[in-house]
Amino acid sequence: MVDLVQLIISGTATGAIYALCALGFTLLWQASGTINFAQGEFVMVPAFLMLFFINTAGLPMWVAFLLTCLVAMVLLGYTFKRAMVDPLIRHGVIPLVIATLGLSIGVKQLVKAGVTAQAQPFNSIFPDGLLSLGALKVSYMDVGTLVLAGLIVISLQTFLNRTVTGRAMQAVAQNTDSARVLGINVARMVLYTFLINAVLSVVAALLVTPTYLAKFDMGESIGLKAFYAAIIGGFNQTRGALLGGVLVGVLENLTGAYISPAYKEGVALMLFLVVIIFKPEGLLGKTEERKV
Amino acid sequence: MSKTQRIALVIGLVLYAVLPQFLKSYGVYLMTLLCVYLMAAFGLNLIVGYAGQMSIGQAAFYGIGAYVAAILMTKMGISFWFALPIAAIACFVVGLALGFPALRVQHHYLAFATLGFNVLVFLVMRNEEDLTGGTFGISNIPRPSIFGYSLDGALPFFYFAFVSVILLAAVLWWLLRSPWGRAFAALRDNPIRAESTGVNITAYTLLAFAIGAACAGIGGVYLAALVNFIEPGQFSLSVSLLMLLAVIVGGSGRFFGPVLGSIVVVLLPEWLRFLQDWYLAIFGFAVIVLMVYLPGGLLSLGDRFKSGGGTR
Repeated sequence: MVDLVQLIISGTATGAIYALCALGFTLLWQASGTINFAQGEFVMVPAFLMLFFINTAGLPMWVAFLLTCLVAMVLLGYTFKRAMVDPLIRHGVIPLVIATLGLSIGVKQLVKAGVTAQAQPFNSIFPDGLLSLGALKVSYMDVGTLVLAGLIVISLQTFLNRTVTGRAMQAVAQNTDSARVLGINVARMVLYTFLINAVLSVVAALLVTPTYLAKFDMGESIGLKAFYAAIIGGFNQTRGALLGGVLVGVLENLTGAYISPAYKEGVALMLFLVVIIFKPEGLLGKTEERKV
Repeated sequence: MSKTQRIALVIGLVLYAVLPQFLKSYGVYLMTLLCVYLMAAFGLNLIVGYAGQMSIGQAAFYGIGAYVAAILMTKMGISFWFALPIAAIACFVVGLALGFPALRVQHHYLAFATLGFNVLVFLVMRNEEDLTGGTFGISNIPRPSIFGYSLDGALPFFYFAFVSVILLAAVLWWLLRSPWGRAFAALRDNPIRAESTGVNITAYTLLAFAIGAACAGIGGVYLAALVNFIEPGQFSLSVSLLMLLAVIVGGSGRFFGPVLGSIVVVLLPEWLRFLQDWYLAIFGFAVIVLMVYLPGGLLSLGDRFKSGGGTR
């Protein structure tokens, strides 16, 4: 029983990281109809940026983190939107999807060829060791991850629901035309979404890289999990991404422990396929009307 | 096809047939690999270019074909000639079973389903060691013989694969020009009108998906016989992604698009060996540029200069 609870807690922590990526993924989809297949690379690049700032530039962790957020907002937020999404979205979803696939391969190989093909260690911001709560032992890393990811999610939800800008962003996501008629600056709101996605990716990188190690192909796995999470929860629901992320994380842990480590991914994958086939709008999603 | 195009095609085929005579065995191997890869890519073009669906799981079918054939040939001693149709039918059936539920909900769900399916197939190949040999794969896959004539040598097998891919292409060409294939043109140009004239969109798309999957299965059987050794890494999700990019880069929905695209991802990296990992990096970014300026693929370049005359 204690084992089960521990597995669920650590699974939730991993799932929280997936949820951060999935959240960015669904936000991009809602605001601009972008399916970003390079989402995993959006986590890999900040991991290497942070390593660069820490190891080569010798900066402290928190400065490196803030600088990386800044660079990511410019590169993965603004530039990504202006150089790829804006010119391509007019052609429809498919060319953009193909272009993000190209971006994914390009960035991955660029890091492999130009930086390193080896996995780089990355220190966790949380101390090692276990926190004992009675019989229950939880690592500080899991607790820290849960708290930090939770804070990010709560502040993001508060921003989206309580501020004028946040509500304007939601309006854009729900109906671009009406939003424009109401005098909302649609282009700016969409840009904000891209910036938020960039920052979420940096946070995910900060949390996941200590376990995954910084490697050119680390994004493949995390991108895939974020993708499962987004679809399982519901592509057009921010809450869905959270549920999906946690579900994927917990299922992975339980499958690894009780069924077979080789099929760690298997159950989440099956859930993903079942959801696509029987409830394509996702567990929490609403049936999507065609976006005009 | 215009007369010039027909002449160009014949010249191209003759050159391709003669060239291996002057190459070392690795060169012949690459040219054979291109033929094999093309079988799967032609199938993918049917799904992506003609039926307008995204499939990110073609390598899964490529792998199912290869594994079914390898298991039948090495463990049960069944001949290539029986393994080939069995593998093709297996892929066709699996394609129907996967495509039927996924295509009920249009949009990009076939893309998602094929993606998940590819990962699942990869996991099974890697983990079911008793059946698939796990990460060690299956080795010593025999090459076939035809009318008692062994195809073990590099050149004989090349000509075998070369003729096979031409036959496969001819069948697809014929299919696309049959009334069944014409329905695709109608679908692509105006789905609503096509549906109102009695074209059952879902059925047509599903059949195209299953036929495309069967083509990949056939390619997989040839691949197993060509390299004699298969392991899960040859059929991972990234292989599917690269194949999809190949078809789109070449020009999806153009019959010869996959040829150009497959050359870009199979042959070019070998000629440009000195670039190493940079090749794929450049390729990835080139795809983005291509999508922005030439979303129809490389073969649509001709249309830019003169309208009409396309081989769609």
